[in-house]
Formats: sequence, structure tokens, C-alpha cells
Amino acid sequence: MINITVNGQRHDIDADPNMPLLWVIRDILGLTGTKFGCGAAQCGACTVHLNGEAVRSCVTKLSRAAGQKIVTIEGLSLHNNHPLQLAWNEMNVPQCGYCQSGQLMSAAVLLRENPNPTDQDIDDAMSGNICRCGTYQRIRAAIHKVAAMQTEGAKL
Amino acid sequence: METNAISRRNFLRVSGLAGTALCLGFYFPANAKNEQLISATGAEHGFDFNAWMRIDTNGKVTLTDHRAEMGQGSFQSIPQIIAEELEVDLKDISVVFAQGNPDKFGSQITGGSSTIRGSYKKLLKLSATAREMLITAAANKWNVPAAECYAESGHVIHRPSGKKLNYGDLVTDASKLSPPADIKLKEISQYKLIRKPLQRLDTPMKTNGEAIFGLDKKLPGMLYASVERNPRLRGKLKSFDASAAMKVPGVKNVFKIQMMVFNTTRDGVVVIANSTWAAMQGRKALKVDWDESGFEHVNTADIYKQHEELLQKEEGLSFKKQGDPDDILAKSANKIDVIYQTPYQAHAAMEPLNCVAHYQNDKIEIWGPIQAPDWVQGDISSKFKMPKEKVIVNMTFLGGGFGRKAFLDYTHEAVAISKEIGGPVQVIWSREDDVKQGPYRAGISYRAQGAIENGEISAVKFKMAGQNIDHWNTDKRGTANNSTTEGFLKPYYDSIKNISFADVPYEMPLPNMWWRSVYASTNGFGYESFINELAVLGGQDQLDFRRKYLRDERCQRLIDRMEEVSGWKSRKKNEGFGVAITECFDSTVGQIVKVSRREDGKVKIDKVWAVMDCGWYVNPDIIKAQVEGSVVMALGAATIHEITFKDGLVEQNNFYDYLMPRMSDIPPVEVHIMENTADAGGVGEPGLPPFAPALTDAIFDLTGKRIRKLPFKLSEV
Repeated sequence: MINITVNGQRHDIDADPNMPLLWVIRDILGLTGTKFGCGAAQCGACTVHLNGEAVRSCVTKLSRAAGQKIVTIEGLSLHNNHPLQLAWNEMNVPQCGYCQSGQLMSAAVLLRENPNPTDQDIDDAMSGNICRCGTYQRIRAAIHKVAAMQTEGAKL
Repeated sequence: METNAISRRNFLRVSGLAGTALCLGFYFPANAKNEQLISATGAEHGFDFNAWMRIDTNGKVTLTDHRAEMGQGSFQSIPQIIAEELEVDLKDISVVFAQGNPDKFGSQITGGSSTIRGSYKKLLKLSATAREMLITAAANKWNVPAAECYAESGHVIHRPSGKKLNYGDLVTDASKLSPPADIKLKEISQYKLIRKPLQRLDTPMKTNGEAIFGLDKKLPGMLYASVERNPRLRGKLKSFDASAAMKVPGVKNVFKIQMMVFNTTRDGVVVIANSTWAAMQGRKALKVDWDESGFEHVNTADIYKQHEELLQKEEGLSFKKQGDPDDILAKSANKIDVIYQTPYQAHAAMEPLNCVAHYQNDKIEIWGPIQAPDWVQGDISSKFKMPKEKVIVNMTFLGGGFGRKAFLDYTHEAVAISKEIGGPVQVIWSREDDVKQGPYRAGISYRAQGAIENGEISAVKFKMAGQNIDHWNTDKRGTANNSTTEGFLKPYYDSIKNISFADVPYEMPLPNMWWRSVYASTNGFGYESFINELAVLGGQDQLDFRRKYLRDERCQRLIDRMEEVSGWKSRKKNEGFGVAITECFDSTVGQIVKVSRREDGKVKIDKVWAVMDCGWYVNPDIIKAQVEGSVVMALGAATIHEITFKDGLVEQNNFYDYLMPRMSDIPPVEVHIMENTADAGGVGEPGLPPFAPALTDAIFDLTGKRIRKLPFKLSEV
């Protein structure tokens, strides 16, 4: 049994310690918002927070998360009132939407560490996340939007 | 042709089940030639949740989206159309995906950018009809003339008295009325929702993890499957050793499976397990001996060499010809003769292929990211000898499609596996499977010959050589590629008097199929690049040159707009500007690309301006998003990735060697939409083809170097 906390809830997981967190989250816990894109830490669709850091869950073993805190897209805010979700909605960011969980989780860490990022900062932080629909321009604009919301007092 | 008003007899009225509802739909008889035939879902079908629109007694409106939502916005644009004429608020509308059923919905293939252009007139009429019936029901109830009543926000209001009734209170009465014969639709100037940049209805569920894609579908007792398929595209299985795989915890079963790829089969060995991870681990432990003899061992370089040889020696199958370009070319002194080449491309949707299937003795049910549920229904019905009505095909959201998920291989394989294990199963393709197994957009070579006399185009001759999607259907061998001129602007035919197009057949057993904008995605590069070369040969500005040869009013206005928004005339010396205009799926898109040299001397793309003329449209912001995304996809295909073959095997594996454009690679894209009242054209695809030829034209403008082969590296220009 390996104990992990996901979105504030503790779980005892009976699985191969080598199983990537991605499959624990999706197949065992049934939280399907975290996506499988490449299995090789190339696309970022599976990005979750492990103790507040953005990690690629497709290559993060369950054993590494033992006793740790994980936040998935479902933990960002189910009510769609997180500033990132508000900005994504306002700017019509998603197209197919498949990569957006990972984009949002990467963006959340970026904005926590750098509340007022430049275009270059955003490109550097977000270039690990692929969007085949090509929503990059809107993602960048939405991140700027959230940064502005933060300066106006919104909480991430 | 829109034949009849919706008749009372055919009009679907429903009472029963949970209360009364007003349902409207169309019926597509199997023998109808096209979807334009309007009649209503017949009462003989009984209660039918698949009616396109249902208004319940609580006033809630449920719409059926008969097309896939793969990013292009049908989930938003269909409600936006219906809410307009029905006079309801978008927040009161919920959307469900249709199951595959062409008898009810007509064609359901999400392809050819056809969702809106194929259905908007019917949807407008359907919703206006419902509105008028609700108004009549209210007028009857109040005993006032219907002309004194109007509809707004899900209510009918009696103007003189201010009396007001909710639609929900009227559906019972309305459902007993005959639909009116004549429906007057709103003028564009009266639209409150259509043509407005409204927020997409699917964004909230795509930002909190709630949207269900194919891969997210779970069934009780469902097992997971991963398939090792012969890496040689038609190769067979000799034998396999499953002993190590069976020892992987969670692995339940290993067996041989065959998947249909067009009219051929591909052998695989499937590992069934209780989790995706266990299935993948089991698969890694397999020992498989493939039969590779007699199967294609082609190399990419050979493909293009063969194309070139064919283009030099063969005239090919004539597709279109006017005047006598051969004669003029033979006599002309001022001419060019060049080859353009485009690469093989994978679709690489972010959601790898997957399918949940549950084969039972009396029915087959499927869930997945499916672009053509109607095709899947027919295919599974015939391959598994199950009556069509017993094949239930459920669409989920698609994590991208681009044409790949309109193919029938992965759904067939999933059903075959479910049949074998006698229970529900999800088959998950790895990224490597997705990249390495095709079908691909075929790479094409074009030979372009043209002559200029006195500054005017005197002759143009195009020949293409490359795999033809149609040729998987053996009956179509020996006919020219039906898409030979796809992407080429029709008004050129009025001004270029001597022009011909031919297809030089090229057979190669690499599975190939449509990819976003289909042949326009590659033809556009060949044809529009050549127009730019002719402009240079004639010593003329590329945009003015097009103005001269595209004597169509819409094209003229498009060109004016392109010039205006891009600052084409005020460009500076150290800037390269390039242009291309293509047409496909009834929409025309022009793009201007601006490039310059960075401090380190490398070429960078500064900006892309795109002007879309798609006629009547629904949501300008979705159109802009589609064009922005098309440019990114085109950028990848032009400068970043290609599928290559070595000894018959695909050389790329995953996103580490089939690279994708990333945020740091993309130029700003500014999209403009032409306002006009012409019929709606497509939106999801037409923004892609003009980018590559406009980019290479801009590079020529800046550097004098003409790029005729894609992809090329920007860093190496």
C-alpha cells in the first residue's frame, strides 16, 4: 500500500510502485481530467502538481509520490472560478481541449512563481506543453490576463 | 433542394415518457440524394431522443449535436444557430452528442469542414418553426392574434398586454399544432447571437477535467488492451511467445488480433490487462516473430525520386485542361519548369487513438473519439454481421481528429478484441503507435511549367505525382485524383486561358488518407508557390499579379483587405513579405507572412495576417481560433516535422523525434473575416493551405532563395 493525497483526499493505493502516477490517477482513482499524450514527458498533457511543483505524471512513479500531496486539474477548482479558468473561458482558449488540463497546471505554477511574466517568461515556462490545435497565442494572452487579475487582487 | 415545409404527418410530436415535449427533427430517407431534403422525423419512429431539438415542459432545450466536437466548435456553433431563431438563452440549452444513425441525421462525418455549411439552413428553419408554433400556442391560449405576440428568452409575450408564458408551459399545446408552411427567417442585421464572438459552451468542462474524451470512458468490468502491431505496414505475424507477458501482474490474456486497414489486414498481438499500465508492461514483455517477406521496404528518398522520374516522362491522367498549354510552352522563350515537394504527415492528435467496445451476442456498443459515427455503424454492422440498429456508436469529445479519427481501423480492432474476450475493453494506442502506423497524408510532388509573354501568363501546366487516397478502393484505380485541383482558386480559370492539370498515378502500399484540408494542404504549396514564381518571372508584385488574374468580386475585396491589414505597400527593405490565397470547402483564405533576419542572421517569422472569406458565419471568435490553429499546424508541416520511411519502417516514434510547434515557435497571427451574405463555407480547414506558400514567398522576398521542398528548417535558410 502506498499512501498519497490527491486534491486533499488521502488514498491507500495497492499497485505496482513503478506504475506512473498518471495511470494511478486515471485508472485507479478515476480522475480522468489528467490526460495521456505521449508517455515520455514530451507533451505535458499529464501535468499535475506534486507538492506544488509541476511534474509529468506519465513518467513519475507512484513510489515517488508516497506520502506526498498531488493536485490534479480537478483540484484546481471544480467550480470554474479559478482565475486561470475564468481567463481561459473569457478568451475562448480551448479547441479540442485535450491538452488544456496540462496547460492550466503548468500555467498555475508559472504564475505562482512569477506573478507578472513577460512573453519570454511564458514561452519558457509553457514550451513543455504541446497543443496540436495551436491555441498557444490565446494561452499566452490568457496568462497575461490572469497576471493582471492577480495585480488587481485575485487569488490563485 | 428544400422540397417541402415540415408537414403535420411527418412532424415528430411526442407525448409519453416523462411528460410532453416538443421535438423537432429531420428525416433522411436512405435513398435521399442529399441532406437538403427536408422532411420531419416520422411519427412511425416513436419517441426519439435523437430528434435534433427537444423542448421540455420545464422550458429546457436539448439539442443533439450530430457532428463530432474535435475542437472546431460544433458544440458551440450549432446551439448558437438554434438559440437565435428559437429565441432562447444559450444557458438554457444543453447539448448531447448524437449516436451514429444516418437515417436520422443524414451524413455525420465531421470532415470537409461541413458541419455548419451543411446544416445551418435547416437548423435555422427548424428553430424558427418551433418558435412560431410556440407563439401560435400562446396566442390561441390568450385568444389574441399571433401577430400581437413575439418570443424572447424562452418566453412568448403578448405585446399589448405584457402577458408572458414560458416555452415549457406551451410545449403541450404547441406539439398538437401543424407546423407553419412558410417561415420567415431573420435578416443578418437582426441577429442577436449569430455573428457574435460568444464564449464556447464547452470551455468550462474543458478547464476543470469534466469533459469526457474517448480515453476517459469507463465501463463496469472494463479491461484494458494494448496491441503490438507489425511495424511493417502490411506485415503478418509468424509466431509469438507470451510467457513473460503473462507473468506481468494484472495481465489477463494475450492473443493474435487482426485489424482491417482499408481492404488489407494488419496483424497484431494484443495484451489484455486490468489497467492501462499493466497492458503496456505486458506488451513490452512480448516476444514476437513477424513475417516481413514480400512487404514494402521503401525509403523516403526513393519515393520522391520515383515521383520525379514519373513527372519527367509521363503525361499522366488529364484532370482539367483548357486551351493548349503544351503548344505555347513548346514555343515560349520565357518559361520556368520546376518541382515542388511536400512530405508525408502524421495527424498526431493530442489524444492518441482509443476505443471502448462491448461486443454482446445481440448488440455491439462502442464509445470513442469518432469523427464518423455513421460510417463506424455501417462498417461494424457489415464486418460483424450485426443488424445496423444493434450497433450503437457513441461519440465522446475528440482530443483532436484532423481526419485520422474518421478512419475505421481502430474501431474495428476494438470490437474484434471485445468479441474475443467476451466483455468490455478499452484499446489504447501509445503515442508511438499513433505516430508509426499511419495512415498518413501522402507526400506529393508537383511539376509546374509556365510561360510569361508580355508580362502576362500565357500557359500553365501542372502535374502531380503521389499516392491517391481513392486508390484504396481498387475500382477507382486508373482514374485521376479527384482532388487534383483542390485548393486552386477557380477564378484563375477565367483569366488563364491555357492551363492544364494532370495526375500521374503513383502506387505505393503505404496507408494514406485525408489530413486537415486534405489535398489542398499540399496542392496549395505547389500551385500558389508557382503563381508567385510566375509573378517574379513577369516582374510584377505578387499581390497585384493576383489582382489581375482573380477577377472575381469576392477575391478582389479579399486582396484589398489583405493589402490593407498587412501594410503590404509600406513594407520596408529589410522585411520579406509573401502571399498566397487558396480555396477549399467553399471558403477562400489569403495569408500574408512577414519575415526578417534576427541579430544572429537567422530568419524569423514576424507576423501572419490571414483574411478568411467563408460567407455566412456563426461565431467570429471560433473562426479566428480555427485559423490561428491552422497556421500553427501548417507551420509544423512546413518547417518542423515529416514522416520518413527507411526500409519500409517509419523512422519517427514520439514527440521527441516527431517534433511539434511549441509556444516559442509561433508567430503572432492576426485574423480578419470578410463580411458578406454568401452561403456559408467551411472554417476548420481552409486556413491551413496558404501558409506554407506565403512563408516561402516571404523568404524569397527577403533572401532571394526559393524553397520548393517541404519541410525546411527556418534556422538553415
